[in-house]
Amino acid sequence: MVNSKQGWKAWLYLAPAIVLLLIFTVWPIINTVRMAFLDNYSGLRAAGGEKFAYIGFGNFAKVIEYRGFISCLKNTVLLCVWTVPISTILALLIAVALNSIKVLKKALQTIFFLPYVTNSIAIGMVFAAMFNIVGSFYGTENELIVTAGIINNVIEFFGGEHVNWINSGSSYEANMFVMIVYIVWNALPFKILVLLGGLQSINKQYYDAAKVDSAPRRRIFMRITVPLLSPMLAYVIITGFIGGFKEYTSIVGIFGEKMGPPDDAGRLNTMVGFIYDALSANNQGRASAAALILFGIILVVTMINMHVSKKRVHY
Amino acid sequence: MMKETLNVMHARDMQRQKKLGRIGKVLVEIFNYLFLIAMALIVLFPFYWMIISSLKSLAEYRMSKPTFWPREIMLSNYMDAFTTASLGRLFINTMIVGIVSTLLSLVITILTAFAFARLEFKGKNMLFAGLLATMMIPGELFTITNYSTVTQFGWINTYTVLIVPFLVSVFYIYLLRQNFLQIPNELYLAAKVDGTKDIKYLWKVMVPLALPTLISITILKMMGAWNSYIWPRLVANDEAHRMITNGLRNAFTETSGDVNYPVQMAAVALVSAPLFLVFIFLRKYIMSGVSRSGIKG
Repeated sequence: MVNSKQGWKAWLYLAPAIVLLLIFTVWPIINTVRMAFLDNYSGLRAAGGEKFAYIGFGNFAKVIEYRGFISCLKNTVLLCVWTVPISTILALLIAVALNSIKVLKKALQTIFFLPYVTNSIAIGMVFAAMFNIVGSFYGTENELIVTAGIINNVIEFFGGEHVNWINSGSSYEANMFVMIVYIVWNALPFKILVLLGGLQSINKQYYDAAKVDSAPRRRIFMRITVPLLSPMLAYVIITGFIGGFKEYTSIVGIFGEKMGPPDDAGRLNTMVGFIYDALSANNQGRASAAALILFGIILVVTMINMHVSKKRVHY
Repeated sequence: MMKETLNVMHARDMQRQKKLGRIGKVLVEIFNYLFLIAMALIVLFPFYWMIISSLKSLAEYRMSKPTFWPREIMLSNYMDAFTTASLGRLFINTMIVGIVSTLLSLVITILTAFAFARLEFKGKNMLFAGLLATMMIPGELFTITNYSTVTQFGWINTYTVLIVPFLVSVFYIYLLRQNFLQIPNELYLAAKVDGTKDIKYLWKVMVPLALPTLISITILKMMGAWNSYIWPRLVANDEAHRMITNGLRNAFTETSGDVNYPVQMAAVALVSAPLFLVFIFLRKYIMSGVSRSGIKG
């Protein structure tokens, strides 16, 4: 039923979206690739009439050699590798448990979704408060004006030593631990929501058949639940990795824009942080090259995930 | 005789099996509840800590033995927070940006989704596939150039810069198109026969039928404005246009060391409260929108 009149009208409907997409989506793609191949391209200097030479993959090499890049990459990868499996397994256990109960189900479901409707900067500040040591440890005897933070209080309650989590002099491992806890806490709701949705759509007949064969629970879980849930598992793992490689604001929430403890700023910087640092330094060439590297990594990781899931996922 | 004994034995075995099964089931049930309640407490704890800390006096917060309920409820912390972070201005800015960008975004999304769902034109499928492909690209890649573009447009430190670059969301278009496609085409053809204009049909039939999806989009978009941080910090970080998340982070730059936490936590609670209110009243729409998206905001 294609007629020219309707075709003309369709473009009218599409016009606002297309204009905006051309300016803010299509042009940036072209321009980012262009800038990534120009020698130390800077928008500011380009406006001043300076010309930049085409240097091929030079910017990419420079990015990789740039101080801090390797540590940004390492932080990003470490956070992904820790948080995605932990949050996926926890979410799976919670979803399976939620699916098997009746009383309180709705209430618990709502509670588990709560972290999603939060501002990651704001709640990051709450986590920082929970891990932070306030004041020094030299208060007078009558008036102890010092708190080691609620997490350390709990550790001390169970007879442990308090840990310097995020303050000056804290260790990299302690910082990472805090980030992992916060990111997992933040990542759970979405995963639970998707996995529970998947569980509810599994046909009850499979479980009835397993019951007739009196299969043990663990085998039912491994042989029925996990395989039938595998498309959803693949989905949350892939989106988890994509989100993980773009980690940035959760670190700003806990450590502020210094991206690290006060005595070692930038220690926890990530790939996205690296891109914004280059942008603030007005080096769009470096920022573009780094953004393309990030895109490449996400693409490769997603493809590996898809490839693995093609073999493992039962649709 | 033999058979009878066997029957009795079998019945006894079955009963034992059943009993064991029932005990096992109860045990699993108890374990499930214990696990879920423990996890729920962990999930809730930061919220609890935020609220009670925001009500404590500074001296009480800093005691080495923590109190789990404030001895004296200090509502004044909330007043302090409101003025320290000048939250009023930030609320107004964020609401302006949120409401205007949501309305414009809805109009654009409805028009585009309608064209893709109902109208015929050359290159439709290719264009749609191209749109979906852009969803894979990380947003940072766009930000670099968009920053230069808006600077050239002279949009720095305006509301425009916070609204316009993000009006088109391919994901929302996709979501709404899928919804529009579910509405039977016969309705459209019947309306055509009656001589109804496309735009009237869209407004009177399609939009009401797709209302749940539109509400989901509205909420996600508003939450996006509330939570946006990176772009506003880059392009509109002046007093007059600063958004809530930036304002909060700027007002309390210290995260470790000696911090006036009660006031800071009060500010955090004030910033979080609207999101929770929206969630309480519109839970269904948020959860259905989120389960299809996988992205925050």
